[in-house]
Amino acid sequence: MNDAPDLKTTPLTAWHRAHGAKMVPFAGFEMPVQYEGVLAEHACVREKVGLFDITHMGEIFVTGPGAEAWIDGLVTNRTAGIPVGKIVYNAMCREDGGVLDDMLVYRLGDAEWLIVCNASNHDKIAAWLERNLPTEGVAMADRSDEVALIAVQGPDSRELVGRVDVLAGLVEDIAALDFYTALTCDGPGGRWIVSRTGYTGEHGYEIYLPNGDAVAAWEELLAKGADLGAAPIGLAARDTLRFEVCYCLYGHELEEDVTPLEAGIGWAVKLKKEAFVGREALVAQKAGGVPRRIVCLEVTGRGIARQGARVLAGGRDVGFVTSGTFSPTLKKPLAMALVEKAVSDEDLAVDIRGKAVECRLVSFPFLAARTKGDPRADRTLS
Amino acid sequence: MVPDDRKYTQEHEWIMIEDGVGTIGVTDFAAGELGDVVFVELPETGSEFSQGDTIGTIESVKAVADLYLPVSGEVIEVNQDVVDTPELVNSDPMDEGWMIKVRLSDTAELDELLDAKAYNELLGG
Repeated sequence: MNDAPDLKTTPLTAWHRAHGAKMVPFAGFEMPVQYEGVLAEHACVREKVGLFDITHMGEIFVTGPGAEAWIDGLVTNRTAGIPVGKIVYNAMCREDGGVLDDMLVYRLGDAEWLIVCNASNHDKIAAWLERNLPTEGVAMADRSDEVALIAVQGPDSRELVGRVDVLAGLVEDIAALDFYTALTCDGPGGRWIVSRTGYTGEHGYEIYLPNGDAVAAWEELLAKGADLGAAPIGLAARDTLRFEVCYCLYGHELEEDVTPLEAGIGWAVKLKKEAFVGREALVAQKAGGVPRRIVCLEVTGRGIARQGARVLAGGRDVGFVTSGTFSPTLKKPLAMALVEKAVSDEDLAVDIRGKAVECRLVSFPFLAARTKGDPRADRTLS
Repeated sequence: MVPDDRKYTQEHEWIMIEDGVGTIGVTDFAAGELGDVVFVELPETGSEFSQGDTIGTIESVKAVADLYLPVSGEVIEVNQDVVDTPELVNSDPMDEGWMIKVRLSDTAELDELLDAKAYNELLGG
């Protein structure tokens, strides 16, 4: 099962295998999909704290006096003018408004930026950036193969991150980090970036560190988090966690033939920005009426509507499920679907393996994120 | 590690025979591959099926699998516990996580199934 010579590994791959993870190919990497089981791992992150190896993500560093304006012209959100330490969520679009990828843009210095893209789109984005690189004023360095990434997510993540030796002098600074901000510090093998970000809807951090520091940091986090119930979490739970709080996943809600306005991330599209790739197409789409939207569905009949299942309104095909699973927190089958804008609750169904199964629209998101404020705040359930 | 008190199918079901009645479930291997099971859908008591018919579905968080009937017969009992508590499929697939009991209509069909040794080989053991 583990003989996969064509797959890339992370500094933690051997650790995952040695600790009983079920390994699967994912975006060209051999990654842990689960350890104890998806439900237990999901609950661990919602209630305590979990560790994720997400080294497969792409890290592209951009420097130079022209970096600020250049990046801003390629992404949908406003990144120019943000302060050092700030992070912004973006889509990167084609000229026709289709989404190439969604990504985080970090301002690490006056003229130093970090773009973090999905592993599945890493080659495409690196090539897109290369192709659009100006002849002077901007340099890019793809350090995805040198940088490891550990996510620490859950209500006890702040406590746990503060216990790491490298971060010992920064406990107050880390506690003071706002959502979508980052700080940097020196680790044994080089610079670490600690950012208050994540893909779970919980209070959490993502730590970028040199490959050589990864195993020691991972083991230190697990050892020092033992009393908190810290555990390693696989990609299966990462997916159910992001799903419940309705974070988009490329290849599901986002595709090249879907615009960010359709995918429900219009809040990350600043059409008032003077120019960015895809702007004209998106302005036109908005003016003409966005034809599709992402909706949240609860399957009230029996079964789980999974990706690709058709959505039927009065028997007519009106769209498809982009992500669907059994929600471990809400304990019912839920789905996100990309459907015609006008779809209403009336006679709504999903085609689950040839059977029209009743469903209804529910409010977005399924579960409120606790990324800001009290990490143990009560959730407003949809 | 594969119990030899029952027979198996290529689709990772088991059937244990007692007085012409077969108790049917899925194997440890199947449960492990599916991961956390959240729904089990089983047929009505009294319904009759032929060998190989799809008689139910098992859904985990990540996947869905059909349950096939290893032998022809009439469903005489359904395990309501496994419908109400699908995690039994993961915690005890070979015993408490059984699915249905079937009165066999043709015991000769049992000869077509795998014994423990053959099933173990199928698993690469």
